[in-house]
Amino acid sequence: MSKFKKKQASTKQNVPTSAMPDVVFMLLIFFMVTTVLREVELQVQIDFVEAENIEKIEEKRLVSYIYVGPERLGGGRLGETRVQIDDALVQDMGEIRNVMYDKLMEEPRLIVSLRVDRDSEFGIVTDIQQELRHAGTLRINYSTRRQI
Amino acid sequence: MLNKKRNRESGEIDGSSLADIAFLLLIFFLVVTTIDVDTGIGLVLPPIPDDIEPPPVRERNLMNILVNAQGMVLIDEEPAAIAQVRDRVKQFVDNRGADPNLSDSPDDAIVSIKTDRRTPYNVYIDMLDEVMGAYEELRHQASMDRFGVPFASLERGSERRGEIQEMYPKKISIAEPDEG
Repeated sequence: MSKFKKKQASTKQNVPTSAMPDVVFMLLIFFMVTTVLREVELQVQIDFVEAENIEKIEEKRLVSYIYVGPERLGGGRLGETRVQIDDALVQDMGEIRNVMYDKLMEEPRLIVSLRVDRDSEFGIVTDIQQELRHAGTLRINYSTRRQI
Repeated sequence: MLNKKRNRESGEIDGSSLADIAFLLLIFFLVVTTIDVDTGIGLVLPPIPDDIEPPPVRERNLMNILVNAQGMVLIDEEPAAIAQVRDRVKQFVDNRGADPNLSDSPDDAIVSIKTDRRTPYNVYIDMLDEVMGAYEELRHQASMDRFGVPFASLERGSERRGEIQEMYPKKISIAEPDEG
């Protein structure tokens, strides 16, 4: 027993860890650069539609989202279908026009991505599209998942 | 004198906690990061007409697709299944004047989609997906014939891609739905 102990004590077994901060910092910088902070708290429930022939939107900073779906009421209950832009629910459809017009002035190449719950009726989407046409934001995108 | 100098603390800053701090930040960014890229079906809405009459379109160059509230599809007044839409659109667009009821040329062909206000959204997207699929297949075919490479491999914004897109322009019209 004592023999073993003696042997162990005589050698150093430290792994050099001085390069660890460098490695960690490299990872850190990678994630800092790729990260996009979650901007909005969803107040509507969205179950995405799936489709096959879809495109990726590479320029994420051009995209502005409109969420459409049944309102989350708490306790897992769902209410009426509502429209959400940024952090607020839209009370009157006419607001969409002003909001989107302002956004278009800031970013002329704006793409509006519609994130619509699969069970919504198309009528509400039509109303939004009409408002978008009035606002002049004509590039839209129906957000869908890839079909597996 | 000599003794005093030796007892002085070394001038280095202790760097062992640096890794801990970096790890903490790393974990924070790992948690908040979302790498998902938004995917979807792109479309360009028509601008609001300024009292200008839309140019007349010949009947044969227009394909009417109607979707009702129950998700049933009507193509040019005939009932059809969603699975048939792709083939019908392909036939219609790539007709090149052969059938007098179908389009003159891919350039003239317009697919008009009309829905009811109560059409479920997923049915509409399935429909649109089929129409997009039809155009994608036509473009793929044209690209294979002309360049021998799939359309998807042509670089975005390149001349070749533009040429194929010019051959089969996506002319999809979303009609305003009827009330009720």
